[in-house]
Amino acid sequence: MDSLVQTTAFQQKIDQDLNIEPKDHMPDAYRSHLIRQISQHAHSEVIGMQPEGNWITRAPSLRAKQILLAKIQDEGGHGLYLYSAAETLGISREEMIEQLHSGKAKYSNIFNYPTLTWADIGAIGWLVDGAAIVNQVSLQRTSFGPYARAMVRICKEESFHQRQGYEIMANMMKGTAEQREMAQDAMNRFWWPALMMFGPHDGDSPHSGDAFLWKIKRKSNDELRQKFIDKTIDQATLIGLTVPDPELKWNAEKEGYDHGEIDWDEFHRVIRGNGPCNKQRMAHHVKYHEEGAWVREAAAAYKQRKNEF
Amino acid sequence: MSIDTQLDLWEVFIQQKAGGNHTHAGSVHASDKQMALQNARDIYTRRKEGTSIWVIPSQYITASTTEDADMLFDPSDDKLYRHPTFYVMPEGAKQI
Amino acid sequence: MTPQEALFKYTLRLGDNALIQGHRLSEWCSKGPILEEDLALTNIALDNIGLAQAFLKYAADIEGKGKTEDDLAYKRPERQFYNHQITELPIGDFAVTIAKQLLISAFEVPLFSALSHSTDETIAGIAAKGVKESRYHFVHSRDWCYRLGEGTELSHSKLQQAIHDLWAYTGELFEMAEEDTILLVAGIAVDLEELRPLWKETVATVLTEATIQIPEDGTMHTGSRNGVHTEHLGHILAEMQYLQRAYPDATW
Repeated sequence: MDSLVQTTAFQQKIDQDLNIEPKDHMPDAYRSHLIRQISQHAHSEVIGMQPEGNWITRAPSLRAKQILLAKIQDEGGHGLYLYSAAETLGISREEMIEQLHSGKAKYSNIFNYPTLTWADIGAIGWLVDGAAIVNQVSLQRTSFGPYARAMVRICKEESFHQRQGYEIMANMMKGTAEQREMAQDAMNRFWWPALMMFGPHDGDSPHSGDAFLWKIKRKSNDELRQKFIDKTIDQATLIGLTVPDPELKWNAEKEGYDHGEIDWDEFHRVIRGNGPCNKQRMAHHVKYHEEGAWVREAAAAYKQRKNEF
Repeated sequence: MSIDTQLDLWEVFIQQKAGGNHTHAGSVHASDKQMALQNARDIYTRRKEGTSIWVIPSQYITASTTEDADMLFDPSDDKLYRHPTFYVMPEGAKQI
Repeated sequence: MTPQEALFKYTLRLGDNALIQGHRLSEWCSKGPILEEDLALTNIALDNIGLAQAFLKYAADIEGKGKTEDDLAYKRPERQFYNHQITELPIGDFAVTIAKQLLISAFEVPLFSALSHSTDETIAGIAAKGVKESRYHFVHSRDWCYRLGEGTELSHSKLQQAIHDLWAYTGELFEMAEEDTILLVAGIAVDLEELRPLWKETVATVLTEATIQIPEDGTMHTGSRNGVHTEHLGHILAEMQYLQRAYPDATW
């Protein structure tokens, strides 16, 4: 096969906004970019179960317990959809997990921050899922079919996540002085890491060029971040929370908020593995992966023994 | 240490309403068919999405390739006589 | 014990069993042997907590002191909990959790099935929902017993050990207390003694198929009908009730 012809046909498809499917020809760089991005996304969902899981046994009402469990269960499901999407590209889940454990594959930085109080569960739902959904909505139009379809399902399921987080924050802001203090403290700790979730400024984003050409990425980091800030500020104000950014002000010309600079040193420090919970999150994942090995082996052995599928 | 297994890959087809088609919903990992069905139920019907589930090991699915799409599907382009609108009916004919 | 007191305690028991079992299962979140199983165990946990909510809400209504289901779950001390001790035991490894789920769901299926014909309409309604759920819990744990029992030597020995260790906590399931006797006459409660052979047969069939030996009935642990528990329950409650206890004036 003429690879030049194939590559041109590939790009033509992309330019016509047609989806690329697993069996279609695709450049190796497109495939490896997708594997990196989708597996990172999947790992983020799965590692993200930990900080919220930290509060399941302490959720303050039966309703809150059910909501939190269902939400974390969704995150697990989303990890699973994404692993499946990546598997269509020829990488196995075993390999992806191995890459996570070896440090070759990353997950979202935000989950390297601890959940210290119940308000953090509110902040994660509202701010972290709120930031994630801005990104995920734009990814519903990403060029790789299985990824786009996973995103559609995920966005549909995620719609309650942000609302439940905001509901927790709103209830606490209507509550006792201690509760309000707790909520504001959570806001203070999660605001900046939430902004960092969109990644470096457009000028400093190393993988963006090809990702745009291939329509894997449809909107830039800064565009998405701005969108998140603009919709979140009013929500904060409505329930009496202060956004911890003294430089925040409305810019009538761009019809959006100007904000203070993100602490990029912290961003890089956490990426390099020195955030508050990096080691803890990874140790947890490795531990339970290893503790589950005998169960998986038993299931595989049983299948062999019964000689049927 | 033995090589890790994440069990086998299965494809899941869900019928959303009684009488409808089963459509592809996604994949699950499982070692046997009971586990595949249960996993499909636990993962793809949490919001009442289903009335019936099919699962099949992914390895038993054969798919057509994009390269063959011209050969496979274009020949039906000009077979308009397979569609009822191809035929001219006398004016006033009813229930046909 | 008045009929109302009996009904209150009986409903609390049903609610507490579901609550503590659901709480324990929820501890599996992000710890499952494979992602799919993580979601499966969470589903069972959610069924249980939903059931607990319904039973405790009804218990609060019966008590008539203006309390909510959350007041009952989060503000009662250890000695006023009536869940079976088997539900509060630590989750252990996957074999323990599966064994526990098998023993409990094999009890719940006939229990809820019978209770769905209770003359108390509220209990009958909740039990009708519960029976569907526990049938699935049973099938799920039964199939895992087959896999572990006939999987590897290691999985077999772990499951055998788990069944052996849990067996002494199964006698309690069938104990008839004063509330049972009072409510049985009124057609509200179930004769647990009648369930015992059914349960035994179901469990024996599964374990035999799974090549697991059925333990002898030795001395059985007891006490939960009187609010006497293992040491584990106190720790569950300390964790579960922490926010409600630390901030008594707050609503969440």
